[in-house]
Amino acid sequence: MRLKISHTTRYSFDAPVSSGMQQLRLRPRSRRAQEVTEWKMTLEGAVHEVSYEDQHGNCVDLITFERDCTELAVHCEGEVELSESNGVIGRHTGPVPLWLYKRVTERTKAGPAIKALLKSVDAGNELGRCHALMPAIAKSVVYETGSSESDWSAEEALAAGRGVCQDHAHVMIACAREAGLAARYVSGYLMMDDRTQQQAMHAWAEVHVPDLGWVGFDPANEMCPDERYVRVAVGLDYAEAAPVNGLRSGGDTETLSVAIEVARQSQSQSQSQ
Amino acid sequence: MGDTPIFDEMNGMGDGIRRPYETFNNWFEGENPKELRAKQREAEELFRLTGITFNVYGRAEAEERLIPFDLIPRIISGREWQRLSKGIEQRVRAINAFLHDIYHGQEIVKAGRIPEEMISRNEAFEPKMIGVTPPGRIYTHIVGIDLVRTGPDEFYVLEDNGRTPSGVSYMLENRETMLQMFPELFSTNRVQPVQTYPTDLLKSLAACAPASAGDRPTVAVMTPGIFNSAYFEHSFLADQMGVELVEGNDLRVMDGKLCMRTTQGYKAIDVVYRRIDDDFLDPLNFNPESGLGVPGIMDVYRSGRLTIANAPGTGICDDKAIYSYMPEIVEFYTGEKPLLENVPTWRCAEPEALAYVLDNLEELVVKEVHGSGGYGMLIGPTATKKDLALFRRKLKARPSNYIAQPTLALSTVPIFTKAGLSPRHVDLRPYVLCSPQGINITPGGLTRVALKKGSLVVNSSQGGGTKDTWVLED
Repeated sequence: MRLKISHTTRYSFDAPVSSGMQQLRLRPRSRRAQEVTEWKMTLEGAVHEVSYEDQHGNCVDLITFERDCTELAVHCEGEVELSESNGVIGRHTGPVPLWLYKRVTERTKAGPAIKALLKSVDAGNELGRCHALMPAIAKSVVYETGSSESDWSAEEALAAGRGVCQDHAHVMIACAREAGLAARYVSGYLMMDDRTQQQAMHAWAEVHVPDLGWVGFDPANEMCPDERYVRVAVGLDYAEAAPVNGLRSGGDTETLSVAIEVARQSQSQSQSQ
Repeated sequence: MGDTPIFDEMNGMGDGIRRPYETFNNWFEGENPKELRAKQREAEELFRLTGITFNVYGRAEAEERLIPFDLIPRIISGREWQRLSKGIEQRVRAINAFLHDIYHGQEIVKAGRIPEEMISRNEAFEPKMIGVTPPGRIYTHIVGIDLVRTGPDEFYVLEDNGRTPSGVSYMLENRETMLQMFPELFSTNRVQPVQTYPTDLLKSLAACAPASAGDRPTVAVMTPGIFNSAYFEHSFLADQMGVELVEGNDLRVMDGKLCMRTTQGYKAIDVVYRRIDDDFLDPLNFNPESGLGVPGIMDVYRSGRLTIANAPGTGICDDKAIYSYMPEIVEFYTGEKPLLENVPTWRCAEPEALAYVLDNLEELVVKEVHGSGGYGMLIGPTATKKDLALFRRKLKARPSNYIAQPTLALSTVPIFTKAGLSPRHVDLRPYVLCSPQGINITPGGLTRVALKKGSLVVNSSQGGGTKDTWVLED
């Protein structure tokens, strides 16, 4: 399946920003079952400083605000060719030792609620347990747009009983790590079948299970990622995979608007049929 | 400890003046003690004027305290030094290879030579350095290897300082002072020079510049600021090298480089010799509360357009639990037996070791794994019952936080007291510079001396002093 993605993030500031910068993790990379055929990033109100690959293999771009800017826009556009892999990423590769993904972070610390949730799912093998966790998480953390804070931990979301995909992913990761498995956070795009305008980027989790290696799990949609999922960045939790990590001085209040379009390319559709 | 014979570097085991000290001793015997005392006071005055001061943490009333200087030099023969420097070079090569390995393939862990937990549970391991290869593949551009001596041919490495070894300004100032006060000593003794250190440092740092730098890389010294205990040293080194001394506020990321504010606008820096801890280096990437760092400096670094000396994440080689594996580390990366000995070390995280340490606490030195500066340390033989009991509790509560070592009979060198010469325990910190062009070890280094009779703690923060250290041309 070929997806065409267009993503614009626009910030308006009530006062000029005297200085600021953003670390962006917005460039998907080609990998098994995902080929990025075209990708372009354009900036308004900021300049590109450097790009590099971080420890997780994410493409990172550092941008700095133009002096006294009052509006900043980051626009990404590209095409990605995807094939079905049933969520399986496969063998662990890259310089990061696998044990790092077992590290518990503030957001993925297992408290009583996480432990209870983990206990409540039928213990089969690791893979079965991960599959069983997805509906359990979706049930315990009811999806509700804007219902959680971006710095919530998995335990907090579970206690509140509501959240967004980020919270679902954190709960999944916390449970997996509590069960002794390596797990990581994935930020990316999802093409929803019924619409092209998406409200936000999507997030899910990947767990390293015996024999298969890394496997994706999307508790928010109770399924393993298929060919509608575009993987952009991974990390121990949201903080490391976040699309934007920034700081600024000046600017006062900011107004954020996000426009994301993920659409199936009809041309490729006809080709694949 | 009281029964162990102590090796005095001037008088041996009481069997006559040792060779390296002969010429010095002849001079000393011809000097008038009263005049020497006057010189000692003069030296102290010189230091005060030069401004070398040292802030001691937690002692507000002593914000500026002078590290006492003793005028009796510590003298090492050229032959002794040659042996030592070979061992130091081997160790420093191994440390750099180790750092590269643990931030890449971790072959040493895969080979089973170091347990995985030593890295995975180590607070000094910096995940953001995984996969990063610094320009020139150098991690520790400046290293201080702390050595102690227990006999004519017995040296041990006590600690590796790969993070930010300080004190080199004392090495330079001590020599300067001796040259000024006793020029005649340097015509009768052929002492190897240390004064080339700042030039060597600049050359070595420039040789580690990234590919993006031009023919003449721009080097700068970065300090946390005037309130830092080693601020004097930072400004001293910048001045001696003829480079800018900068603080976080003077720096920003611009045009894909780290740039400093100058009177002619912003200028790109290729190599930053930073004397600021990893955690405070970059509020965007590390501690967001840090007002001392530069946001984005790590991004520039990771894109390969800047050299940070020493590299972030090198602190793991200062770790005292890692230290206990140094013989394995040296062998693994160099394929050779270590030339310098490690002090036998009990890792209290291991139950058998802990049991031994608890049973023999009165004879051992206990140190915190991440401690430095002689803080949080127990010296069994001189500890009070209360201290021993306190450490027993600490060890049981958090065994993995401690290591223990036998109390070594550290060598002594005489200091000049009112009653004449009197032996005091010493250690030695040689300074090592690493670049792709090679390893440069300044002959000598900083000798720290415990001024209290019988004391084994030489740290300046604990009342230690310093001496000029001579390495003779044989």
